Order: sequence, then C-alpha cells, then structure tokens
Amino acid sequence: MNSEASWLARTLSGVLRRFGPLLALLLMCAALALLSEHFLTVDNLLNVFRQSAVNALLALGQLTVIITAGIDLSVGSLLGLCCVLAAMALKAGVPSAAAILIALGAGAALGALNGILFTKLRLPHPFIPTLGMMNVARGLALVLTGGFPISELPSSFRYWGAGTLAGVPMPVVVVLVFCLLFHLFLTRTTPGRDLYAIGGNRQAALLCGVPVDRRLILAYALSGLMAGAGAVILAGRMNSGFPLAGVGAELDSIAAVIIGGASFFGGVGTVLGTLVGALIMGVLRNGLNLLDVSAYWQTVVIGAVIVAAVWVDVVRQRAAQRSP
Amino acid sequence: MTPPLLEMREISKSFGGARALDGVSFEVLPGEVHALVGENGAGKSTLMNIASGVLRPDAGRILWEGRALPDLDPRRAQQLGIAFVHQELALVPQLSVAENIFLGRHPLAELRLVDWPKMRERAHQLLAELGRPLEPDLPVGRLSVGEQQLVEIARALAFQARLVIMDEPTAALSEHEVSRLFQVIARLRQRGVSVVYITHRLREIYQTADRVTVLRDGRRVVSAPVSEMPPDLLIRHIVGRPAQEQFPPPGPPPSGPPVLRVRALSSRKRFQDVSFHVRAGEILGLAGLVGAGRTELLEALFGAPPAEAGQIWVDDRPVRIRCPLDAIRLGIALVPDDRKSKGLIPGAPVFWNLVLPSYRRFLLRPSEELARSQALMQELRIRAPGARLPVASLSGGNQQKVVLARWLLAQARVFLMDEPTRGIDVGAKAEVYQLIRRLAARGAAVVLVSSELEEVLGLADRILVMHRGRVTGELPRGEATEEAVMRLATGGAA
Repeated sequence: MNSEASWLARTLSGVLRRFGPLLALLLMCAALALLSEHFLTVDNLLNVFRQSAVNALLALGQLTVIITAGIDLSVGSLLGLCCVLAAMALKAGVPSAAAILIALGAGAALGALNGILFTKLRLPHPFIPTLGMMNVARGLALVLTGGFPISELPSSFRYWGAGTLAGVPMPVVVVLVFCLLFHLFLTRTTPGRDLYAIGGNRQAALLCGVPVDRRLILAYALSGLMAGAGAVILAGRMNSGFPLAGVGAELDSIAAVIIGGASFFGGVGTVLGTLVGALIMGVLRNGLNLLDVSAYWQTVVIGAVIVAAVWVDVVRQRAAQRSP
Repeated sequence: MTPPLLEMREISKSFGGARALDGVSFEVLPGEVHALVGENGAGKSTLMNIASGVLRPDAGRILWEGRALPDLDPRRAQQLGIAFVHQELALVPQLSVAENIFLGRHPLAELRLVDWPKMRERAHQLLAELGRPLEPDLPVGRLSVGEQQLVEIARALAFQARLVIMDEPTAALSEHEVSRLFQVIARLRQRGVSVVYITHRLREIYQTADRVTVLRDGRRVVSAPVSEMPPDLLIRHIVGRPAQEQFPPPGPPPSGPPVLRVRALSSRKRFQDVSFHVRAGEILGLAGLVGAGRTELLEALFGAPPAEAGQIWVDDRPVRIRCPLDAIRLGIALVPDDRKSKGLIPGAPVFWNLVLPSYRRFLLRPSEELARSQALMQELRIRAPGARLPVASLSGGNQQKVVLARWLLAQARVFLMDEPTRGIDVGAKAEVYQLIRRLAARGAAVVLVSSELEEVLGLADRILVMHRGRVTGELPRGEATEEAVMRLATGGAA
C-alpha cells in the first residue's frame, strides 16, 4: 500500500515536472478568461502568440545554450544588429531573400564567435564573451546607423513580420517551424544529445568522445541564428531596422527558458517547456494589459513570476531528493 | 564501568518508503577506534549523519556519556565535541591552513579583530600534536588530499572534538599517506579521542581499529573486538554469504603481440620519459604513490590532454592521439579515477551513459540503444530499476560498472583503468575484478592503476612502478611483493 502511494506520488511529480509549466499556462488562461471577456477570443490569442514570437525565437536559441550549462547575454544586441544589417541591405537594393540570409548568417557567425571565444580562449564562463558581444554588437548597430532607425522596408520583407499564411500570422508560423526543428534536433540527433551530455558533465562528455568545443560553438551559433530570425520578424513587423531593437531581450529569453523548466546547471530543458515559458510571459503581459494594469507594474509581476517559477522547481527537486 | 561516550539505541530511519536503518544499536567507548563497515546502502552514512545531528531518527534514543540527547542537531553535536570528517572535504581552498582550522571561530584580540599571531601559533601547535607540522600560512588548495584531511582533523581538535567520525578517509590517499593517517589516528586515541572509521578496505580495519561493527541492509549484524574477527568471517558478515576468492586466478601468461607501445612519453611536470608496452590479454599494473603521475599518464594516452613529447604505437602503427575521440577510434578506453566528476553524466539516463561513446551517427536510434544497453546490463549484472532512470540513482558499484560497460559497447581493445574499484563495496569489487580478468581473457590489453596495492598484486601479470613522474622499475608477477613495490614507489632502488 505504501509502495502504491509512493508510486502515485512519483508519477504525479513526474507529470508535474513535464507538464508543470503547461498547467500553469492553462490555469492563467482560465483565470484571465473569467476576468476579461476579451481574453478568450481567437484574435486576442493569436495576438498574444504573435507578440511572444520574437521572445520565443530567442528563447529557443537560449535553450540550446542553457542546456550546456551556459548563458548567452548577446542575443538582444545581436537582434538589434541583425535588424540594422538586414534593413541596410534592403536599402542598398538587395532582394528580400538575400537580406534575410544576411540577418541569419550574421547572427549565426557572431554567435559562433561567442562560442569560439569561450572554448578556444578558455574563458572561465560564457558570461564573459557574450557580455562582451552584447556591447560590441549594440555599439556596431549604433555606429552603422548613427542611432537612427532605417524605415520603409519592401513589402516582400515585411511579409515575414506582418503577413499571414492561411489566416495565421507569419511570426506564429515561423515560431512553430523552428520549434519543430529544434525539438527534432535536441531529441533525435547525436549533436543534440551531446549538448545535454555537456551540460550534465562536461568533463565526462569529453572523455566519452564528445567533441565538446565543436558542440559548444554550434550551440552559440544556433543562439545567434535565432537572434537573426527574431530580427527578420521584428524588422518586418515594425517596418524598420531600429538599432535599439531588443534592448533587454536577452533577459526575457533567459526568463522564458527558466520558467519553461530548464536548469541553469545544465543538462535539462525542452522545446515545449520553453515555448510555454515564452507564452506564459506573453499571456501575463496581455492579461495585465486587458486588466488595465500599468506597464510599470507588469515588470514587477514578471520579475516575481521568474523567481516563483524557479523556487517551485527547487522545492520540487528537494522533495524528489528526499525520497530516493 | 564508565558508560560509552556515544550510545545509539534501536535507531530506525526511513526515507520515503525505503527503510535505511532498522533498530540499529551502536556504541562508541571512550578512546577507542571503532570501524564501521558494510556494503554501500547498508546504512553507515545514515547512522553517522544521525550521530552528528544532521538527520533525525524516526525512532530510538541517543545517549552521550549516559545522558539522553532528545534533540540532537548539528550545533549541539559540535558543542558536545562530535566532528565529522567527510569524504568530500569541506575546506576553503583559497584560505590558509590556519584560517581553515579556525574557520568560524577565529581567536579574537581587542576590538573583536582577528588575533593572527595567536591563530597561527595554535594552528602550528595542533598540527605538531598530530605529528605533521604544516606551514600555517599555506593556502589549503596547494596541499595534497592527505594534508587537507589533516587540516580537517586539526579543525576537529581545535573545537575540542571528543568523537571524530571519518567517512572513507583513505579513499583518495596513497599507501604512504594512509600510514601517516594511521599515525594521526593513533595520536588521537592517545589523547582519549574516540574515532569512528567508515571504510571499505578491510585490511585497514586490522591496522587501526579496536572494534568493528558490521551493518547489512540497515541492521546491525555484529559488533566485536577486531581481534575476534578474522577476515573471512568479517567478509561473510558484510556480504551475508561465504567469502569467495577475492581475486580470480590468473590465466596463462600472455604472449600476444604488444597492442599498445609507448616510448619516451613526457609531459612537463606531470611525467617524464615513460616507456612501456602492453600485450593483448595482459594486465599491466601501474603502481605508485598518489601524485606519481599515473593518472596524468593514463589521461595523456587518452588525449585528455595529450603528452607533449614521445611516441605511441597501436598494433605497431605509430599514432597521434590529440583528443579522446582519436583514442576511442583507436580502440582505447579510459575508466577515469573519479566517476562522479569525470565518468558519469549523473542526471542522464543509464542507457545514455552507456551508449555515448559508441553511437555517434547523426540520427539517434533509441530502441536499438535501449535494447543493447539492457542486454549489457543483464550480462554485467548492473542492478538498476530501469535503463531510462538517471544513472545517479544507482549504487556506487553499479555506477562504476556502467563506466566500464560503455567501453564494451564501444568494442575497445585497450583499457586504461584508473582506480576502477574506488569507493565501491566488497561484493562489487569482486565483480569488477572478474570483469577485468574476463576482458584480458578475451584478448584486451589492460593498464590498471590502483592505490590499493593488493589489487595490483592480485590482478596484474606485470607491474610497472612510478615515482615522481618516472618509471622506477618493472616487476614480473612472481617477483612482485608489497615490499618490492613500495621500495620502488618511494624512490628506493629495486
């Protein structure tokens, strides 16, 4: 009987571990549906998803890095720089498709540079190179534009941020496609599994033949790539390349990953959790808007949610450890 | 008769559904060294965590000099003079020896400022009493593991400890450091301090303890004077069945071609001018003190990091090994000295830990990986509730078997084994010994590093001895005695 009870407890905590963030999201949605009649409309829900799109894309990249027990502080600045680069290319007459490739390529290349600096210079923590890149990329974006936004972009480019596909906003489509790709990469491929192994124990992974440096460079390159993807969506939606785009976005992306159940210590984290984490932040902002809570208070609430989410996780882990 | 210093009566403790201790009674007399033994999971650490107030018993009573201690907590335990020297030492590497000894209780001068001269003098005095004068100003991070342990024991004395609990104190020590530790324990006993000594090494019990208590499956099997407890009887109590021959008998002397050959391998400061070869089917023992460069040599052969000079041949072909992947492709396997920090990915499933080196194609094959892992787990009798559970949930012995087993899957032919039985219980040790022998019988070449001399003597066909980064001698199986090895390992002539 005792063992049955503990089996039930284990299963329950397993379900909570896997779907805890999702349950939290559903509860929030249910509460908001009761509080505001505008919340549970197709338009509003698509709106929430669209507004969460850039954060969700950055968070996917951030997830791959956090799985390796790292952190990427540069994604917000890379987002800004890639916005500017794409807009400048478009103004120079480059076709939209090429401008998109420039944004993605620049993001991936600078992200890879983060990884190279971290692994090859043997810097003690990825905090250092990505903090440096955060400043360098933002500085370059401002230098290139003199601080002014580059506006009026061609419609074939804006389509990715403002258009729809079969009634679904393009940013939502892009997020779902990247979620699927990242999910497959992380769960079905050797390089994806290697990232979890590195986060779980870097030295042991190395001694098992995992090419640790190459994998870490890949993780940071993917994070940069997603900053480029976010840049295309954001520049398209705002119809401009704005050098201050994405200020503070790195912290939102980290928050989404952590709310989504990943661990700063590495080795843990899922795409579904991260998407849910980004949506929780989006729903919070949207719901507080609908309830007429000021933007200043929204920041306070989001900060509290981040701490609460991690605290719940820590309590749950401690409980799991107590019954080995 | 004086009452026992510490008396634990009918102690029970459960974690979740699992019963860790079931009515265990345990007494420590004043000034005695009391060995506490049992397989992993027998309840030794739980019992001692209760004795030091870290855990609370579900049932039972604790008495200190005959007086009941209804609510013992770590603070109260420290006030009474109970000190726990853990396996993972709890020192601050950047601080000096003296600062670590008095951490949290610096002697104070006027204005509540730290009285540095007094602190250094007392530290010096304490270390001298333990027979090892260490420089009090040295940062602890620069000391060897054995010296760090000494600092922790000195800290216990500084707090007027009357009972020192040591959890596998010799796990990371060389033979030489072990004998010094025993001298320290003897001095503690002279001062009237009682010692509880948790160990897996039965020989040490006979060298240092007065009495021994055996736990099995959360129950006390026996408590008796060491003099009344011959080794076979002790092993039988520990494992609960008759003692088997610990080391399987050696096979015929290996005569195959050298699989791995090394010439003039050097790596600045770590080892110099090392040359040797291992044949197919041979177990080459690598003996020496901790710090002799054996771990570094094995890691260099595995490319982690590579040696700076010298040549390596595999199957008589010259090879370059720049990273572990190079070594793995050549059929070389490394079982590292510390499975926690170098061997396992603790949070990952057992089967991931098994297949990581061998399944390197782009797409994973979960069902095949799982099936082969399960087959391997059955073959090596790796006891785990499931291949998908985190490897951290296994016992130490089974974890170690996972680290070994992954290289069977990778079809390695050269096994570099660094302390393959560190911190695992008697039963698991015997299984690892059998596995090593079986590997050699199948034609693998094994290089075995162990700080337990009897292990090297019992398994190796040939023994290479290192001292301060150099090979000081080679002994064939017939000529290898403890004395001969120790002479070479301490730098004496053969």
